Amino acid sequence: MTRLSFPACTVLALITCVLLALLWPPSPANANQPDDRFETVVSGLSVKNFKKKSIAVERLVSSGDPRTVPVLQAMLKGQLFYIKSGKRMVYGSATDDGYRVTTVVGGEVLGEMGKRAIKKVSVNNRIRKQLRSAIARLSLADPDPEVRLDAARELLRNLTPEAAELVRSAVVDEPRDKVRAVLETGLAILNLDSGDQAEQLAAIASLDGSLVPEARNRLSLLVEETDDETLRSAALASLKGIESTLRWNRTAETVFFGISLGSVLLLAAIGLSITFGVMGVINMAHGELIMLGAYTTYVVQLLMPNHIGLSVLVAIPAAFCVSGLFGIVIERGIIRFLYGRPLETLLATFGISLILQQLVRTIFSPLNRAVSTPPWMSGSLEINGALSLTYNRLYIIVFSLMAFLFLLVILKRTALGLQVRAVTQNRQMARAMGVRTGRVDALTFGLGSGIAGVAGVALSQLTNVGPNLGQTYIIDSFMVVVFGGVGNLWGTLVAAMSLGVANKLAEPWAGAVLAKILILVFIILFIQRRPRGLFPQKGRSAEH
Amino acid sequence: MKSRDNHVQEAASGSALFTRIGRLAAGAALASTLLFSAVAQAADTIKVGVLHSLSGTMAISETTLKDTVLMMIDQQNKAGGIMGKRLEAVVVDPASNWPLFAEKARELIEKKKVDVVFGCWTSVSRKSVLPVFEELNSLLFYPVQYEGEESSKNVFYTGASPNQQAVPAVDYLMNEVDVKRWVLAGTDYVYPRTTNKILEAYLKAKGVKSSDIMINYTPFGHSDWQSIVADIKKFGSKGKKTAVVSTINGDANVPFYKELANQGISAEDIPVVAFSVGEEELSGLDAEPLVGHMAAWNYFMSEESDANEDFIKSWHKFIKNKKRVTNDPMEATYIGFKMWAKAVEKAGTTKADAVQKAMIGISVPNLTGGIATMMPNHHLTKPVLIGEIQDDGQIETVWQTPDTVVGDAWSDYLPGSKDLISDWRDPLHCGNYNVKTGKCSGQNF
Repeated sequence: MTRLSFPACTVLALITCVLLALLWPPSPANANQPDDRFETVVSGLSVKNFKKKSIAVERLVSSGDPRTVPVLQAMLKGQLFYIKSGKRMVYGSATDDGYRVTTVVGGEVLGEMGKRAIKKVSVNNRIRKQLRSAIARLSLADPDPEVRLDAARELLRNLTPEAAELVRSAVVDEPRDKVRAVLETGLAILNLDSGDQAEQLAAIASLDGSLVPEARNRLSLLVEETDDETLRSAALASLKGIESTLRWNRTAETVFFGISLGSVLLLAAIGLSITFGVMGVINMAHGELIMLGAYTTYVVQLLMPNHIGLSVLVAIPAAFCVSGLFGIVIERGIIRFLYGRPLETLLATFGISLILQQLVRTIFSPLNRAVSTPPWMSGSLEINGALSLTYNRLYIIVFSLMAFLFLLVILKRTALGLQVRAVTQNRQMARAMGVRTGRVDALTFGLGSGIAGVAGVALSQLTNVGPNLGQTYIIDSFMVVVFGGVGNLWGTLVAAMSLGVANKLAEPWAGAVLAKILILVFIILFIQRRPRGLFPQKGRSAEH
Repeated sequence: MKSRDNHVQEAASGSALFTRIGRLAAGAALASTLLFSAVAQAADTIKVGVLHSLSGTMAISETTLKDTVLMMIDQQNKAGGIMGKRLEAVVVDPASNWPLFAEKARELIEKKKVDVVFGCWTSVSRKSVLPVFEELNSLLFYPVQYEGEESSKNVFYTGASPNQQAVPAVDYLMNEVDVKRWVLAGTDYVYPRTTNKILEAYLKAKGVKSSDIMINYTPFGHSDWQSIVADIKKFGSKGKKTAVVSTINGDANVPFYKELANQGISAEDIPVVAFSVGEEELSGLDAEPLVGHMAAWNYFMSEESDANEDFIKSWHKFIKNKKRVTNDPMEATYIGFKMWAKAVEKAGTTKADAVQKAMIGISVPNLTGGIATMMPNHHLTKPVLIGEIQDDGQIETVWQTPDTVVGDAWSDYLPGSKDLISDWRDPLHCGNYNVKTGKCSGQNF
């Protein structure tokens, strides 16, 4: 290669410049025109009336401007605002006492603005639906396959005639199999109404085993409406296949629901299986120790408002300590004087439970407190179109099993556990061997209470954090421990899981109220036959 | 009464020390009561009883109403009282215990000699105090939405009856949202059962098939909604627009909405319209999963009117917390109090019979910019608002009735109560007059 001489180089540069200038977007003078139009269309969104707003959205969508999708998305998320004076549209993200504001057109950063200076572009359900389907239609050609997949799924839920055209054209160009499969399902659903028998039969065949609710609805509609026998029998066969797959999925779902209810019962009861099962203390304040754990989660979240995900993890040891300390104080202060007097213990701990309830009412107000759920705990894990498992339940199942193993290890593998077992089996002998029984009692009670507090952290993600939280779970906890066999951790696990699954199996045909009653009746009958529960404690300790 | 208490105390304690303390305490109490009544008589006050639970499960809702009454009394006193007399609040705590409501009501009327009582939340507490108010002929202002099917001479119902909340909400869903399939979900007690009975009859009258209605009841404080939400999802996936009409009671709502959101049901797919979820309940939870779901009430804090702005401002000043919200039962308390004050001025006395007569036809401005009038059946005229829940826990109106709706004591859709009307004016003077038989059964509840 010969080196280019200097002038030749300049000429090349010049040509590039000209070429670039030709390729570059129009000069600023020309660019102003669409910018203005876009701005007027966008500022049309600031109207108050929802019907007019809906028209404004339609106008924006049909403008075809590439900047439309972010605007629609911001509107959907409630991040689109307008400045009250001048109606300029802006994006806002919340800060401590106002919003950080950026203009929609031009992306100019305007800094922070007070809550009174700007107003949110509010949406209702109808507009939300319109936005979602518009975003889906506009992002069907997005370069990101994940975005295309979401868009295709959204379109499938709402197959309007305008979407049909899009699906038809998009399915041809789609490179990813996963996205194309969704689009093809959509196409098949559309072809069900095409009127051409061969096409309809092909569509029915391709929808066989599809778990998309829309497919099933259209198929059953076809069965009802068509006069063509071949079509009807094909559709019926296809429907039958879908129904049987669905039935399997529903059974799996019910079992999952049962296990997840069982894991909640396990969490609530496992602390009690220590205090009641191992120590024999009827602790009516157990529910309130759970409640304290839940309130600890709330306080931890107040202390670290910007780390919701982390705060839940921090709350676990914090709740263990808070509830554990309360437990130790209760044991040392009251219960220790009442050993061997179950009725008095019951009354005293019931009193404590009322005191604790009123205590949180006074400190935190009688209203429920809001505990936020971290993003990784919301939503669900989709197994297939008909079966999805919610993340919060999955985490709680794992968490309850971990708590169970933790307790098991402490009782079976540590010095404290050895002492606890020694004291429960024969207090006099243990003391004679040099075990400080008073200290062991306090620590055991603290351990059981601490686990109750940890249960409170988990429950704060499922239900209300309020003064009555504990009352809801105390009956269930006793039920599980008694059913499983007093003093047996494995019994508690089996009892919690079987009660959970039994409850969920009974619920669909008996209703929630009757299912609960049936379970209680079952346990009463069971205890009549086997007063010591599923796994009775063997050996000398059982005889005292 | 006092001496008998004392004897009981003596017998129970059995210790000399305790007896002495008991006597001392009783003596002091007696002296202070005497002193107090002397002062009270000298200043000539009007006593207002407040019968709301301050402890127990219902404290969550009722404490706010106690504060509202106290605020109204404070305002009235600052404006010169009623007929030149100062108002004095007598607050008792029935502790969410239904029989205790009756005892405390009796105590307020007989011992504390109050002229009027503002109180109760749950229907069962109202039913418990009703005989007491009728026996002692005193007045109760009841500020909460309820199932109807009742009209007592001694009670003024300032909350909504089903035709002012549930029925218009169903109308809205049917006509504006085009809902074809209905889930009626409620907690298992009297208000949801009666409301759902009315709604079921109403829907069937509108031509909805039974197979398109699903009714579900759950126990109080139900927290495991997995299978019910899965059922609702299944019920709603049949290709027809589905909505849930929820009479689920306060505490069970949070897990219900969380489960809906987690199972991927958004308000656009299956909207839930609730009759027991208001600003106060929303302030206690993360509103994110609820956005877009609906509530039907007669007042929202977000309503833009001068009266509402003043009310919110004075509430924040009274409660010394800018974050506290206002809600529908507070507005009902406000209207009830204003009406009572006006009726006492009109009657020139606080005597129950005279105030009862004066109450009917009294009009006061409500907080949404309209007028509330007390009807002859002791119910109010109210606008009905349907709102969508926002992420900040406020509810924004998306639809409202063009005019105010007159509260029905007896539903037009239930077979037993279709023919009943209530009119406490002379000459009818009856809470349940049967227009077919022309008889007044005399039993008001």
